[in-house]
Amino acid sequence: MMLALRNVGKTYPNGVRALDGATLQVGPGEIVVVVGGSGCGKSTLLRLICGLDQPSQGAITLDGTPITAPHPKIGIVFQEPRLLPWLSVADNVAFGLEDRPKEERNARTAMQLERVGLHDKATVWPRELSGGQAQRTALARALVTRPEVLLLDEPFSALDAFTRIDLQDHLLDLWADAKPTLVVVTHDVDEAVVLADRIVVMRPRPGRLFAEVEADLPRPRDRQSAGFDHVKWRVLAALDRSLDRAVAATGDDAPASAGAALWW
Amino acid sequence: MSLVHVTVTAEQPVPARTLSNVRLARLARPALGLLLPVGAALLWEIAVRAGLSDGRLVPPPSRIFEQFAELARNGELQRHAIATLWRMGLGFGFGVAAGTLLGAIAGYSALARRLLDPTLQGLRAIPSMAWIPLFILWLGIFETSKVALIAVGVFFPVYLGVLGAILSVDRKIVEVGRVFRLSGPAMIRRILLPAVLPAYVISLRAGLGLGWMFVVAAEFMGASEGLGYLLIDGQQLGKPAEIVAAILAFAVLGKATDALLSAGAAPFLRWEDAFGARR
Repeated sequence: MMLALRNVGKTYPNGVRALDGATLQVGPGEIVVVVGGSGCGKSTLLRLICGLDQPSQGAITLDGTPITAPHPKIGIVFQEPRLLPWLSVADNVAFGLEDRPKEERNARTAMQLERVGLHDKATVWPRELSGGQAQRTALARALVTRPEVLLLDEPFSALDAFTRIDLQDHLLDLWADAKPTLVVVTHDVDEAVVLADRIVVMRPRPGRLFAEVEADLPRPRDRQSAGFDHVKWRVLAALDRSLDRAVAATGDDAPASAGAALWW
Repeated sequence: MSLVHVTVTAEQPVPARTLSNVRLARLARPALGLLLPVGAALLWEIAVRAGLSDGRLVPPPSRIFEQFAELARNGELQRHAIATLWRMGLGFGFGVAAGTLLGAIAGYSALARRLLDPTLQGLRAIPSMAWIPLFILWLGIFETSKVALIAVGVFFPVYLGVLGAILSVDRKIVEVGRVFRLSGPAMIRRILLPAVLPAYVISLRAGLGLGWMFVVAAEFMGASEGLGYLLIDGQQLGKPAEIVAAILAFAVLGKATDALLSAGAAPFLRWEDAFGARR
C-alpha cells in the first residue's frame, strides 16, 4: 500500500494554517516517524490521513484512491486510549468487527488480546486497566481489523518511561506480524530513532515538512550504540534548525500560532 | 494457669467480637437515620397519651396508622392509589417519550436545536401550574387535562437532561465511532446512547419526582378519586389523619417508583467509574 500526500495543506475555519504544502510518500510496510515541536501540524497531518478532517489544499491517496473520509484500511491509535467505558476490554477490541460473524469476531479478538498480552483482562472494564494496559487495548482495537496503514498520534507520551520503552518494543513486535505501514507522530526523539525507517522533521507556523533523516540502523536497535546516537544527533540538529527559522518568522503571525496550539 | 492457656483465652474472643461489631455497624448505619423521625413520633404519641395535647389537628402515629389500616381494609386506599398511579404512569410515559424524542433531535441536529430550543426554553419559564385553567378549558375537567399537566411536568427535566447529555458527549469518543465508519443510526446506538445513559437515568428520576408533584396539583383540580382527592377530602371534612395517611401513601409510592427506576437502570451502568459508583 502506497500512501501519498501531494501538497497537502489545512486551514482551520478560524483561519489558522495548521499545515502547508506537505508532500510525502510512504511505502508498504515502511515506518515513518514525524517529529516536531508543538503547533507544527503533526496531529493535523494524522487527522487528515485518517480522514477525520479534510485537507484544504492538495490530496491524500492510498494506492491512488483519494482519502476524504475514514477508510477501512487505515487505523489510528490516539494519544489517549479512547476506550469506550461501557464495553469490556474484549468488546472494545472487537468494536471494529461488528459486521463479522460472531465466531470470527471472537477468535480474532482473543488472538489479538493474546498478542498484546491482555488475554486475562478480556472481561474487565476499561476503568480497571493501568495506563499502559489501556493503550495496549487501544492498539489491539486498531490492529484487529488488520489495517494496511496504522497511524499513531503520540501513542506513548502519557506513559512512564519504563512502560514507554516496553510498549515501543511491543509495537515493533506487533508490526512484524503483518508489516502494516506505520506513521507515528511523537515529540520523543529517542522513540523516533527506535521505531523509524525514516524520520520526518516538521517546523511550525505554518506546519511544514522541514527535513528527512534516514534511520538505516539494523533491528532490533540498541539504544546505547554509536549509530543510534548519530541518528539521534542528526534529528536533534534538524529540529534545532527548524525552530531557529520559526523564531525568525514569529513576528507576522504570532496570534495564529497561539490558536494553532489549541489543536494539540 | 499456664502461659499457653492464658494466650488462648485472650485471643479467642477477639475475632468473634470484631465480627459481631461489623455486623452491628452494618445494621446501625441505616438505623441512625431512623432515630430522629421515630423518636419524634414516639414523643408525640407519649405526649398525646399523657393528655398534654388532644391530638385533634396533629394526630399521633397510632391514630394515623389506624386511619391508614382502615382505608386499606375497606379498599379505599387501593382505589385511590391505583387512580393516582394510572394518571402518573400515563403522564410520565407521554412526558418521557416527548422529552426524549425532542431532546435527542435537538441534541443531534444544530438546526433543530436553533429551531426548537428557544421556544421550549420559553415555555419552560412558565410556571406549569399556570396551564391548569387552560388545560381544563381545552381538555375538560376529567383525565385528559390531568395527564397532560403531569406530562408537561415530566417533559422539561427529561428534555433538558437528554439535550445536555448529548451535547456533552466526549468528541474524542465520537471520533472513535467515525474512524470505524459508523453510520448515523449505528453512531446513535453504539456511541451516543450508552454515553448519555447515566445522565438520562438522572433526568428520568428528576422527571419522576416532578411528576409526583404535578399529580397532586392535577388531582386538586377537581378529582373524584386519587390520593390527591383524599388530601382535599381530609381537609374539607376536618380529618387530619386521613391527610397524613395520604401523604404517607405518596411517600411510599414516590420512593418505591424511584427505587424501581434506579434498580432497573443499575445493570446498564455497572461500567461507571464515578465518585458515586464507589461504595
